[in-house]
Amino acid sequence: MHKSSSYLDIAIRYGFLALMAGLLIFFSVTAEGFLSPFSAVFILQSVAITGILALGVTATLVVDGFDLSIGAVATSALMLSAYVMVVWEMSAFWAVAISLAMGAAVGAVNGFLIVKFKVPDLLATLGMMFLLLGAQRIPTEGRSVSTGMALPDGTIATGTFSDAFLMLGRYRISDLVPLSVVFLIAIAVLVWGFLELTRHGRLMYAIGSNDKAASLAGANVNRYKIIAYMISGTLASFGGVLLAARLGRGDVASGNNLLLDAVAAALIGFAVLGASKPNAFGTAIGALFVGILLQGLTMLNAPYYTQDFIKGAVLVVALVFTFALSGRTGRGAA
Amino acid sequence: MSEPAIRISGLHKAFGRNLVLRGIDMKIPRGQVTVLMGANGAGKSTLVKVLCGVHQADDGTVMLGDTPFKPETPSEALHSGVVTVHQNINDGVVPDLDVASNLLLDTLASGGGTFLKRRQMRARAREIAVAVGLDIDVTLPVASLALADRQLVAIARAMAHDPELLILDEPTSSLSAAETKRLFEMVERLRDKGVAILYISHRMSDIRRLADRILSMRDGQIVQQFEQKPLDYAGAVRAMLGHEITEVDITIPANGKPVLELRELVLREGAAPFTMTAHQNEVIAVAGLVGAGKSAFAGVLFGLNAPVAGTMLLDGKPHKPRSSGDAVAAGVYMCPKDRLVNAVVPDFDITANITLPFSRRHSHPGGFLSFRSERATANRMIGEMGVICQGAGDGILTLSGGNQQKVMVARWMAEASRVLILDEPFQGVDIQARRDIGRKIRETAATRTTIVFVAELDEALEVADRILVMSEHSVVGDHRNEHIDVSAIMAQVVEAGAARAAG
Repeated sequence: MHKSSSYLDIAIRYGFLALMAGLLIFFSVTAEGFLSPFSAVFILQSVAITGILALGVTATLVVDGFDLSIGAVATSALMLSAYVMVVWEMSAFWAVAISLAMGAAVGAVNGFLIVKFKVPDLLATLGMMFLLLGAQRIPTEGRSVSTGMALPDGTIATGTFSDAFLMLGRYRISDLVPLSVVFLIAIAVLVWGFLELTRHGRLMYAIGSNDKAASLAGANVNRYKIIAYMISGTLASFGGVLLAARLGRGDVASGNNLLLDAVAAALIGFAVLGASKPNAFGTAIGALFVGILLQGLTMLNAPYYTQDFIKGAVLVVALVFTFALSGRTGRGAA
Repeated sequence: MSEPAIRISGLHKAFGRNLVLRGIDMKIPRGQVTVLMGANGAGKSTLVKVLCGVHQADDGTVMLGDTPFKPETPSEALHSGVVTVHQNINDGVVPDLDVASNLLLDTLASGGGTFLKRRQMRARAREIAVAVGLDIDVTLPVASLALADRQLVAIARAMAHDPELLILDEPTSSLSAAETKRLFEMVERLRDKGVAILYISHRMSDIRRLADRILSMRDGQIVQQFEQKPLDYAGAVRAMLGHEITEVDITIPANGKPVLELRELVLREGAAPFTMTAHQNEVIAVAGLVGAGKSAFAGVLFGLNAPVAGTMLLDGKPHKPRSSGDAVAAGVYMCPKDRLVNAVVPDFDITANITLPFSRRHSHPGGFLSFRSERATANRMIGEMGVICQGAGDGILTLSGGNQQKVMVARWMAEASRVLILDEPFQGVDIQARRDIGRKIRETAATRTTIVFVAELDEALEVADRILVMSEHSVVGDHRNEHIDVSAIMAQVVEAGAARAAG
């Protein structure tokens, strides 16, 4: 059996990486300046926030869950951190801390709804998504948060985005590498290490593969599921903070694409190295893949409105890789 | 004797290499209740599924009256006049619809007009109900009915087809005594109308009450039939078990000190309390029919459910696990039954499957796994259990069923335990793996007490020092596995139902 299927195995294992290498070569030949350090940094910066969200959703996918609320958590964190600084006039530290706490709390509520109240994961997090999309607009009556805005009680907000906060989104190490890229890489390494190298990650994979078996082996299934949603919520809120720092205002309209881009990156990650399961390395590669593709196309002057179409096509191809070709084992088959 | 409604000869059916029916020859006469008895795995369900069109036979003929009967689908079997009432009552009815709709479900499914005519439907439904003596308001939703009434609705609908043959597959398994009585009255009424009835059960009280003839089935064949009144019930049980005594020699070692003491334990409301002690160096097998409470017993020991009353002592100290995690921490391990559902982690390799419960032991401080320690344990257990594989990194699903089961047992034998519970460890494994696992259980028994829940008495005889019999969620028999009287144990296993019906 090993002889006959070896080509297929290689194709499944390295197919996606080969595709990515091919893409890099293609763009470096056709698009001028694609191989420059500046372009590489730009790609990384463009995927930093979706990548961080995607790593969070990966944690929920590992326990066979799903978190549709990440986009809404991120935009809520964006609004909340702006509100903390501009209206409450608190420091950057509190803006970040309160936003992360909000994300963790939303994750805990998601996990609680799913584990204790037995609400199916898609529905619980979908409900949470709508709830947050609405909630984040209430304090400002639907307007964006910025210095000098009029509050509902008639006063004018005088707080400002502190420089320390803006640095999170705008500072570049040696004038080249943005801080957000460093965060992405650090978080990717942390999540990868947690999932692959610690016993907690191992148990989370066991729960995702067969939660009954994990439970009968003595694992506290409910606790790990809640932790997974808390990781997802916290990382999503951190993504929102970075977005706020980049924009410099609490913009109600930004972050619309975060959910779909992050989910796409995590699902593309299933196909990387033939894993057929959620994994942090694959998710990072998935996010990078989307970034390279979009940057290359932009440099080739492809119109912006084709981007979603191309992302969708890539996702479908990746899912075929995962479920049809390597679906012989793993949860593709189940 | 009347002319048979159905005549089966040389029926064969295999699933892959597993030969389930090996030449069934039988006839089922009209106006009689023919009881089919057989142990788990004898092939009863397969036979029923061939007759009701779910499976197709590989070889052999079935004659329904004078015409050959080879149903391709359940609805074809139904229209030919073979009606089956399945064990699981809710398979037979749609709980959200009312009784009338349920009674006419087949008619609804086979079409004829788009809109429902409520008045006509109710009238027709009442006719059907009256015909089988079912006195019920047809406008009630089925969900509001008692289990027996749902069962009767399913049967009534079946009877509306004027069947030649009615098959009842363990119909009383979830009914109370009073409900059972109503069901029996209906079965008798149908028999008197001349319907041929095939009744599958291993509940002795049902069989005594209804049987006109008994067929004993074993290993995919009808081994004996009993028609002479009075029926030889004990002989039928013996024939279905067919004991050639297994050739495994058990030498019972001297008991060590008590490890697990259970006092006046009550497994569920209304069950009789029981007391037992399990000793170090002892292997106890627990036998009993499906539904006798074996799973509840295992679950109580492993912290999955709490006992209603009574105390458990582990090495003299109270044992009150509130979760499987508690039980494992206390040194009480359980290898659950139905490995694919309850034990196997399909995404993992052999190593990770073995180390799953004890990942803490294979971790450095900070929770980082030591892959070397894991691999060493996996290799040791693969060697000890004789798992046939290419290496510890093989995916668990690449192994055969027997080897998967060895890995599941190895998972719990990798660490020392005080109490090792194995729930049906021989389920779906070949004879060689069964012997290997049984031998391993006995070899390693000295350091703990071992409780094996078994589906078949044979398995108990092969592995245990002591055999407990469970029935009605209590322990009703305790036998030393020495010069054992198999029929006495069987009587305890099977007679249990009679006590319930009488009481």
